[in-house]
Amino acid sequence: MTRSLPGTPFHPRTAPLVEGQTWRRWAGFVVASSYELHHDREYHAIRTSAALFDVSPLFKYHVRGPDAVRLVDRVVTRDVAGARVGQVLYTPWCDAAGKVLDDGTVSILAPDFLRVTAADPNYRWLCENARGLRVTVDDASESVAALALQGPNARTILEHATGTDLAGLRFFRLQNALLRGVPVTITRTGYTGDLGYEIWMDASQALPAWDALIAAGTPFGLTPAGILALDVARIEAGLLLLDVDYVSARKALIEPQKSSPLELGLEWTVGFDKPAFVGREALVAERERPAEWRFTGVEVAWEPLEALYTDLGLAPRLPTTAWRTSVPLYAPGSEHQVGYATSGCWSPLLKRYLTLAHLEAPYAEPGRELDMEVTVEHRRKRARANVCALPFFNPGRKRA
Amino acid sequence: MTAIRGTGGGRYDAIVIGGGHNGLVTAAYLARAGKRVVVLERRHLVGGAAVTEEVIPGFRFSVFSYVVSLLRPEIIRDLSLPAHGLEILPLESTVTPMFDGDYLAAWPDADQTRREVARHSLRDAEAYEEYSRLMGLMAMAVKPIIGMIPPDPTSLSPRDLRGLLRVGRHFQSLSAKHFHLLYKLMTMSSADFLDEWFETDVLKATKSASGIIGTFMGPRTPGSAYVLLHHYMGEIDGAFRAWGFARGGTGAISESIGRAARAFGTEVRLDAEVTKVRTQGGKATGVVLANGDELQAPVVVSSLDPKRTFLRLVDEADLPADFVADIRRFRIRGSSGKVNLALSGLPDFTCLPGVGPHLRGAISISPSLEYVERAYDDAKYGAFSRRPYMDIILPSMIDPGMAPPGKHVMSVFVQYAPSTITGGWDDSRRDAFGNAVLDAIAQFAPNIRDVIIDKQVLTPADIERITGLTEGNIFQGELALHQLFFLRPSPGWAQYRTPVRGLWQCGSGTHPGGGIMGAGGRLAALEILGTGA
Repeated sequence: MTRSLPGTPFHPRTAPLVEGQTWRRWAGFVVASSYELHHDREYHAIRTSAALFDVSPLFKYHVRGPDAVRLVDRVVTRDVAGARVGQVLYTPWCDAAGKVLDDGTVSILAPDFLRVTAADPNYRWLCENARGLRVTVDDASESVAALALQGPNARTILEHATGTDLAGLRFFRLQNALLRGVPVTITRTGYTGDLGYEIWMDASQALPAWDALIAAGTPFGLTPAGILALDVARIEAGLLLLDVDYVSARKALIEPQKSSPLELGLEWTVGFDKPAFVGREALVAERERPAEWRFTGVEVAWEPLEALYTDLGLAPRLPTTAWRTSVPLYAPGSEHQVGYATSGCWSPLLKRYLTLAHLEAPYAEPGRELDMEVTVEHRRKRARANVCALPFFNPGRKRA
Repeated sequence: MTAIRGTGGGRYDAIVIGGGHNGLVTAAYLARAGKRVVVLERRHLVGGAAVTEEVIPGFRFSVFSYVVSLLRPEIIRDLSLPAHGLEILPLESTVTPMFDGDYLAAWPDADQTRREVARHSLRDAEAYEEYSRLMGLMAMAVKPIIGMIPPDPTSLSPRDLRGLLRVGRHFQSLSAKHFHLLYKLMTMSSADFLDEWFETDVLKATKSASGIIGTFMGPRTPGSAYVLLHHYMGEIDGAFRAWGFARGGTGAISESIGRAARAFGTEVRLDAEVTKVRTQGGKATGVVLANGDELQAPVVVSSLDPKRTFLRLVDEADLPADFVADIRRFRIRGSSGKVNLALSGLPDFTCLPGVGPHLRGAISISPSLEYVERAYDDAKYGAFSRRPYMDIILPSMIDPGMAPPGKHVMSVFVQYAPSTITGGWDDSRRDAFGNAVLDAIAQFAPNIRDVIIDKQVLTPADIERITGLTEGNIFQGELALHQLFFLRPSPGWAQYRTPVRGLWQCGSGTHPGGGIMGAGGRLAALEILGTGA
């Protein structure tokens, strides 16, 4: 008997590439933290050529039947009923109190067939909400494998690999294609904030699909990339992460750990005009009140940070690997804590120290000055920081 | 532990009757406060039902109580038990073999467990995490109750009112959802409660088993859900619901408490059976030992169960009649037995052949709810279960010091074995009981009889004979709602006092009840010292 966590369907290809045995866990699977000993090159591939990520551990649910749209529309905050076949929607979903349970994407594959991706298991939640509807919910987490192809060369590579013109595939749309004979669904989505696609296929076809992409992509600088590179890119893109930037209402131990979509900067995803969805009443009521919390970008200012180090005769140390801890933020020069950052990294591209943060609403407008706690040579210091609108990085090619 | 085998009479500030873990905890706290304390233990070793003995040469057994999680962290801290030798090793998993050759496992890792439960039901795999989280929250919710001296709701004394107010405020602080859940836990059967959560029978059977351990209830008996919660209250290193195994067996826990008590100056006398509590003018003055020695103290604390204390050691004439009636009514039916096996090799489970991590955790023989309920049915009508529920561990897989190299000890907790069976317990019924246990194990590990070197079979009658626990009840009285908190062991006498001034009680028969918890022992000492809340 083995209790080892499994690899993904791509494991036979990815495992030989991991130079330092740097694996990490993701949703009950093991995936590469980075393939090379440092994730630098993998990160730069995202921004300068193309990176290939194994995102198979995402939870995936297939919702089928005449009421498939009704079910998903009832569960998530986005207006699914108003969307068309071929669309992909990013959306959170909430409990009855309007607190976020999880976030993911909804792909409308056919009028009666939707695919929902999620960071946490949601089979039970979908089933509970499906009572009385003509719909089946299947957990496709293991039967569907997924790759993310991200970066400026992503389209060229995918066009070569599929022999399909993808110029017409717009941001957050999907298209079916054959990838060197392997039937795949291509969605123009990703977690990097760059031009990119996610490619969904039957798990049994994972290896030929991987091989096809590597063959087509290598001449264009395609580089397999791990979670560490992805983490930097998603912070630059201002994309939040469950269990890191927010706590699911399902797992929160106390009320203050929960967040509403409005408090996470996701007001745009809430279909207030929809007649009914889980959490609607609470969110409508919340919209009437002034918001208490905001989720936003906070940039740590360079010169004052550098000065903290030069005072000690040291060069500044920067988080080239993203951190995922909670760091206090204060009103400038005061002991009044006004929020906390939950993710942060040095952006090698922007040459800025970026963080994602929860702030009391009055302190969250862009440009607002704050102090962030930093530890410099074992001592707690305050570094100057400023509120920034998200995303930090938003290239035109993302939507072009 | 080398204890002082003191003899003769003597004067003390306090006498503690019984050297079980609660008696030792009370003694340690009293001695820590500067009192001159003596513990009187009937047997040749301390521990009561938490003892390690080399029953079979070379093989050491936690003879009765066999796992730990409920031991209060404040006791570990206050008495510096790690410095006195306490080492708790993790007991990480629970595996339930099934009749169809499959199994259900709960592994120490959430991802592993989710994958495992999902093999049986995807829905249950997700419910499992939510259930565990909520039970953890419930355990947090009742934690302050566990740690407080029960206020008497019928009393108007400022102290009781303050206590009641604290309880009231505490429950008010719970969300409506959590309050409703707590109410259900207090009133439902464990099977009904689990039906609200899960669809997988073997999962419900295994969870429900922790709702019946040590009680004379079946999984479908209302009230059994509370015992589910009682077993979630264990805390190791701040994590609720973590079970552990003490290095050296459960006797090592008692010994560490004993060492702490002695380090504070407690005298521990072994082979010193108390036969009578001396009173004068309605006040306790000391005790008489079986050898005729008399010891005097203004404070006498009994760690024995309520029936043994009040119906055997105290003169009934010194007690109010209604109190005596209450104690006679106190439900203390023993429901479990224990089989300890010395093995030449490991049991080979059909569902998980060979050696594996499952042998380092608990193996639960609870293949279906019906199996467990039928086991109860036998007991209800005065027989031991033909196919009993069992909780099995192999301590030598966790602590190799428990058996000679390459050999093993196996601890089998067996339920149901009623304290009174039709015809009464005798040698032939004990043999039959032992055989039923081995037959039931052999259903899932067919090689079990081939690897047995020797065995010890303990019926509730044996448990009573050896430890003195009335009817062999491991909790010194059932953990039923009608005898918990301010009703444990008797209304009006739940604050460790007794109708005899100077006579106190500190055993598991007091709030908050059984398991190697020590909470009763500690709270009693605080109450005696007048420093309790």
